[in-house]
Amino acid sequence: MKVLMSGNEAIARGAYEDGVAFASAYPGTPSTEIIEAFSKYDGVYSEWAPNEKVALEVGIGAALAGARALVVMKHVGVNVAADPLFTVSYTGTEGGLVIISADDPSMHSSQNEQDNRNYARAAKIPMLEPSDSSEAKEYIKIAFRLSEEFDTPVFLRTTTRLAHSKSVVDLEEPKRHVGKREFRYDPSKYVMVPAKARERRIEVERRMERLREFAETFPQNRMEIRDTRVGIITAGMPYNYAKDVFPDYSYLKLGMVHPLPSGLIREFASQVKKIYVVEELDPIIEEQIRAMGIEVIGKEAFPYTGEFDPGIIEAGITGAKTEREVLLDRLLPQRPPNLCPGCPHRGLFYVLGKLKVFVTGDIGCYTLSFMKPLEGLHSCVCMGASVGMAHGMDKVLGEQGKVVGVLGDSTFIHSGITPLLNMAYNKSNAVIVICDNRTTAMTGMQEHPATGFTLQGEATKALDFVKLAQALGIENIQVIDPFDIKDTRRVIKEELSRKGPSLVISRAPCALLAVKQKMDRRAPLRVDPDKCIGCKACLGLGCPPISWQRFEDMDTQTEKKTKKQEGIARIDSTICNGCTLCQQLCGAGAIVEVTGDE
Amino acid sequence: MNKTVTSVLMVGVGGQGIIRASDILSAVMMEAGFDVKKSEVHGMAQRGGCVSSYVRFGEKVYSPLARKGDVDLLVSFEKLETLRYLDCLKADGEVIVNDEEIYPPSVNLGEEPYPDDAISFIKKFFTDVTVIDATEIALSSGDRRMANTVILGVLSSHLDIDKKVWETVLEKSFPPKLLEGNKQAFERGRGV
Repeated sequence: MKVLMSGNEAIARGAYEDGVAFASAYPGTPSTEIIEAFSKYDGVYSEWAPNEKVALEVGIGAALAGARALVVMKHVGVNVAADPLFTVSYTGTEGGLVIISADDPSMHSSQNEQDNRNYARAAKIPMLEPSDSSEAKEYIKIAFRLSEEFDTPVFLRTTTRLAHSKSVVDLEEPKRHVGKREFRYDPSKYVMVPAKARERRIEVERRMERLREFAETFPQNRMEIRDTRVGIITAGMPYNYAKDVFPDYSYLKLGMVHPLPSGLIREFASQVKKIYVVEELDPIIEEQIRAMGIEVIGKEAFPYTGEFDPGIIEAGITGAKTEREVLLDRLLPQRPPNLCPGCPHRGLFYVLGKLKVFVTGDIGCYTLSFMKPLEGLHSCVCMGASVGMAHGMDKVLGEQGKVVGVLGDSTFIHSGITPLLNMAYNKSNAVIVICDNRTTAMTGMQEHPATGFTLQGEATKALDFVKLAQALGIENIQVIDPFDIKDTRRVIKEELSRKGPSLVISRAPCALLAVKQKMDRRAPLRVDPDKCIGCKACLGLGCPPISWQRFEDMDTQTEKKTKKQEGIARIDSTICNGCTLCQQLCGAGAIVEVTGDE
Repeated sequence: MNKTVTSVLMVGVGGQGIIRASDILSAVMMEAGFDVKKSEVHGMAQRGGCVSSYVRFGEKVYSPLARKGDVDLLVSFEKLETLRYLDCLKADGEVIVNDEEIYPPSVNLGEEPYPDDAISFIKKFFTDVTVIDATEIALSSGDRRMANTVILGVLSSHLDIDKKVWETVLEKSFPPKLLEGNKQAFERGRGV
């Protein structure tokens, strides 16, 4: 049966068809949907891990016990998992072990644009890269076969465009694969002390040699010889962009991006006159081909940064300008993403923005509050970084500056616990706030160890942040409701003035989670134009339903309350969530509930 | 250049049902026997930001993204967003615009005006422009959230696909209790 599937859904389907029965992941765009789709198939086991390092270690264990194990993460997640990654390359596993690295050219939803093909080279792990959903389903199966045949972990690299674009996939019946399901003692293979690691290190090079030979005849490294004046060497999604504009040129499409088939590349080079290497981000294929002494055109024609599209390939090869500049002359109001109406982060960051403290942040919806008008967050490096950074700043600034570190409930669990322990151990004076919205909101509401539910929705132990912090040695701990602005301000100020490290847990469910769980809806609000004095206090929240209306743009006459008043605020009640933050800020009592008949 | 592929670009603001509409359009094209590729933006863009989704169909489609200036049909769910993507259209491309205004933060704060000449600006460069009030039509069909189905109805009258194919896909796309309303919304859009 043919169906339309995203790259992520196709990977999940392929793993299921291939008898993969074990998967672990930490959510991260653009990889999240893989495990969500996989978990819905019959007879499989999958789980959310607290972070990518744990996900990989769990996967290694599952594969050592003989199962085919799938481990999924976004590109920056591989940084977190890098420690076990580089050594499992030495040990190999019993069952197949495949790691999905979902890269994000153009940083649609990421803090950097790293090219994880570099990891394949650095850790000496083979890497496959599909170019559409159908290949994604096929390649995940090949990846497991390679892992088992060569006793190596295997990378499958995707990019956002592959992960989130849909194309036609032919569904097949699942195969049953049980694996050995037993453990085997083999210290020389699995205990990586120097003496044993030195032996395995040599084995890794032998394996790479065998993989290079294999790559020469690997059918997914394929030549398409047509017009021989131009040959394009490419892999993954950029293959499609090039074929879209130049269907008649010759191609060497690489299904395996590490290691490269040097013999095949030489053969291709001998058949075409001029060679372009078309690859997003780093010139990884290009530099290796140049090192073989073959002349190619690469990054001098195509950009290092951002994802490609057919127009970029065309411009790189023909120099054609496709942009219709006349239409771009116009400056348009930008439309950045914003915190939702009723978001629990808004009240907290409104307070932080007003307090004149440096707020170190990390990765989550709340990162958006760095923008106007909240401006309540001043750094974002990686998950959990806010805690260590707040401590470092506090040690240097001492009495001269107040520092607050913020992070989410899921990112606290991901990598905030160890740096919080460090704050107790090294006598910090910074304040840490966990924005505890009871879910992993930004990636689409995944469960985590503090929600009390597993990936499958089964009840389980829920981490207690207060008890955990106490055990780490934090003595100043308070729980606040961020929808209460006054109390939030009082508590943060109180903790800033205290000696020793403080932890504030700002707890209220994500507005989308509240909808999903059908919690009671609060009455939406509206502005009474007869009472609004035009002070703009409510606009300081940057809440989507609240807008400013100038008198001169209004059809109806509204009485000015002061000489200087220029307009009134307006609330679009159809999207207001009734959280009351604006009502708390309104000194004129102009914000009122919408009653039933309005 | 690949002349045998048709490109539709749907744009608007997170929450307007653009992804759902582009899923339905893709299913229609597959049902009609075409190769289809569809692409969209996920993640942070969901939170009130711009959303765009390409649907490309034809005998054989390679790229899920169209070259700039290669889009046949721009379907915009929000007026201002139309302007942001105009340079993606072919010179003789068609535009369908929903006459809805959703203010971005800078307009809400009173720092920038919402462009009041969007439609006339579009008409300066393109001749085939259809302006509809999909929200109003959806409301008259019972629910403003069906605006995306109204827009699909309008789009269907711009594409040479048998109406039966659309109906088959709509029936598969909605649960029974929502189907009648959506069929009606689709019909009203198609009649525009």
